[in-house]
Amino acid sequence: MTTELTFEPKIVAFVCNWCTYAGADLTGTSRIAYASNVRIMRFPCTGRIDYNLVLKALEQGADGILISGCHPNDCHYSTGNFHARRRWVVFRHMMEYMGFDLRRVKFAWVSAAEGAKWAEVVNTTVREIRELGPATEYTELHRKGVA
Amino acid sequence: MSALQVQAGELLASGKAEVVIGYGEGTRGRVRPVFVRTRADVSLLVFDGRCTANLTVYLAKPEVGRMGKAAIVATPGAVRSLIQLIAEHQVDPGEVVVLAADDDAVTLLTDPAALEAYAAAHPVTIPPEAKAVTESLARMSAQERRAFWDAELSRCFKCYACRSACALCYCTRCITDMNQPQWVCVAPHALGVMEWHLNRAMHMAGRCVQCGSCTSACPAGIPIGLLAMEASRSVEKEFGAQAGLRCDAPPALSSFAADDRESFIL
Amino acid sequence: MSTHHGVLSHQNLLKLLSGITAGGMELYAPRKTGQKVFFDHITDVREIAFDPLPTTESPKALLFPRVERLLSFARDGESMRVDDRCADLMPRRVLFGTRPCDAVALQRLAEFFADGIEDMFVGKRREQLVVISLSCAVADADCFCTSAGSGPGDGTGSDILLTASGGERYDMEVLTDRGREVLATFAGLWDEGSPADTSGYLAVVEPLPALAGFGAKLAGAFASTVWKDASLRCLGCGACAYVCPLCSCFDIEDEGTPSKGSRLRCWDSCGFSLFTLHTSGHNPRPTQTERWRQRVMHKFSYMPARFGHAGCVGCGRCSRACPADMNLREQITMLDAGIALQSAP
Ligand code: SF4
Ligand code: SF4
Ligand code: SF4
Ligand code: SF4
Repeated sequence: MTTELTFEPKIVAFVCNWCTYAGADLTGTSRIAYASNVRIMRFPCTGRIDYNLVLKALEQGADGILISGCHPNDCHYSTGNFHARRRWVVFRHMMEYMGFDLRRVKFAWVSAAEGAKWAEVVNTTVREIRELGPATEYTELHRKGVA
Repeated sequence: MSALQVQAGELLASGKAEVVIGYGEGTRGRVRPVFVRTRADVSLLVFDGRCTANLTVYLAKPEVGRMGKAAIVATPGAVRSLIQLIAEHQVDPGEVVVLAADDDAVTLLTDPAALEAYAAAHPVTIPPEAKAVTESLARMSAQERRAFWDAELSRCFKCYACRSACALCYCTRCITDMNQPQWVCVAPHALGVMEWHLNRAMHMAGRCVQCGSCTSACPAGIPIGLLAMEASRSVEKEFGAQAGLRCDAPPALSSFAADDRESFIL
Repeated sequence: MSTHHGVLSHQNLLKLLSGITAGGMELYAPRKTGQKVFFDHITDVREIAFDPLPTTESPKALLFPRVERLLSFARDGESMRVDDRCADLMPRRVLFGTRPCDAVALQRLAEFFADGIEDMFVGKRREQLVVISLSCAVADADCFCTSAGSGPGDGTGSDILLTASGGERYDMEVLTDRGREVLATFAGLWDEGSPADTSGYLAVVEPLPALAGFGAKLAGAFASTVWKDASLRCLGCGACAYVCPLCSCFDIEDEGTPSKGSRLRCWDSCGFSLFTLHTSGHNPRPTQTERWRQRVMHKFSYMPARFGHAGCVGCGRCSRACPADMNLREQITMLDAGIALQSAP
């Protein structure tokens, strides 16, 4: 078997407590099977998911990132996801401007009732990242420039 | 005496300003910041095409603050940065007098409305070199852009002159200097440098007024201002908010619109 | 050894440098990027910039890199494994195109790192470094090497010194055994010569009279009021320190995760506000006034007292790099006069 076929990407998911985390819980209690490549990190709100957390995950070897929270107008704190969305737009733009592969960083809205959507989002993400292969452009930076 | 010198002299004589922060002749044909406190010294002031550094940066310096009420010789970029500083509640509009200079015209601006009108009448100008790089970047593939920034940033030794020269980089403790937790690697290796500049760009989104001071300050010749400017331009394009035009503008990244673009969200 | 003399054509110099890279030794030389010049690892000698003035960044990184790994650690079951860096593995390197002031600076830098407990990394790098310098034919308004213990034809710190003596030709002084070893491999490329008077080919450097006796004056000027006005426009960046061939301050950083990481030594600068910030929040150098005083005092008072020479060779890089035009020549002259005025009865 070639390494490409055996490559199982490591995905870090940053999710909010109130919608996506509950949604992922529902996926489990509904006994929907989905890819096990995702490590879920729970945050109070998408507004708390600093882009630096994404950078740290990439730096430590994540092959893909999934960020998810409540749909617009559903935020537990009313506007956290609206603020987050603006920052994501700029963050994506800057990553792209600096030449990073945006296909490795995914965003989603998954509510507490969308257990099936969570499974689908994760499965799609895992499939796409698996096709991209291991992330190297970010971890390579780690090794450069130290005497 | 130039119009600038006359106006500066009047401000000092009338007590409307205790110090005029302006440009003076420096060494090797360069200009440098000067701090004029007496009428006799207004002859030191010059203004011409060499005057590009944004002097607004000195308003945040405690030693300068202690000199009393300041008048500042401002390029259009510096005027925008003052407006942005007012919008961010860093400068009290009543506390600063502006001698807006552009080619040979000098305009005295003393209130927010005048600053805004001046900024509106003097749109952002991008130096040809910066324009050329921006255009070539636009034609590049993602890999080529990665290689471009990798090469440019490999010369960055983290002297922070870009940050020091920026009027909007006024934090007394920059995120890149935080160690509990440490967000950005302190070391000037490829990763630490990239993270530092990405963070600076993110923090300048919707705030960078495209004055170009950071790029001119960089001793390594890196066109570093492109990053902050790009972040600001993306805010302008996506959310319609241009930095440095309105003294009462809400912070672009701490506000939102219900219909902000989200086509990238699954 | 006694100095050996030779002559060498420009063509043959390039051949010699090509030979060095072909022979497996790492070659570092000035390379131009945009308007700036840096000492880079060179694989094709056509990339070497023969600019007449000192490079933008000094060659100090060849001894004291911007960031270097001192050790690394990794969790190994229940215990932690620490891997010390092995200094013995430092490769032999040839540094070409340094100016005489650079070579003097490299020597002083190595001496500094050897003082007390010797720094084995810097020491080993110095031992492995062959320095081939070019005399200066021109100086600019920021240079003051002749007043700072060096000069445009000074061979101190160099293994080989080349002086362009007209007609695409260099007079060569082989000053050390290391230099002779490197040349031995390229015997056909240069001719024997005799001691030549090269003074006619050297730059005329404007003296900086204020520097004589400056250190002694500074000793009593700590509390002087001159510093405040002198430093008013200083932005507190690290540009001057990072381009300087003699600034040697560093910061030790541990980096990594709980399971593995490394200890890094990174450049630091006394111009930064955080340089002396205490954990308590107290900062003994609260403003740029104290920080600029420290920079000048360290270079021109403390270093001479401790090492017998200044922490400056007058290369002028800081003056060229400063975004606020803090010109060191001018500062020294002005501070010298200001201090003298204050201490006058
Ligand atoms: S980031 Fe650069 S261009 Fe933007 S405001 Fe600051 S100094 Fe000016
Ligand atoms: S001024 Fe230039 S070298 Fe210094 S930190 Fe900024 S980009 Fe890096
Ligand atoms: S003297 Fe110039 S280069 Fe040095 S810290 Fe001050 S502004 Fe920066
Ligand atoms: S202090 Fe300035 S002139 Fe002196 S050695 Fe350092 S960079 Fe060169």
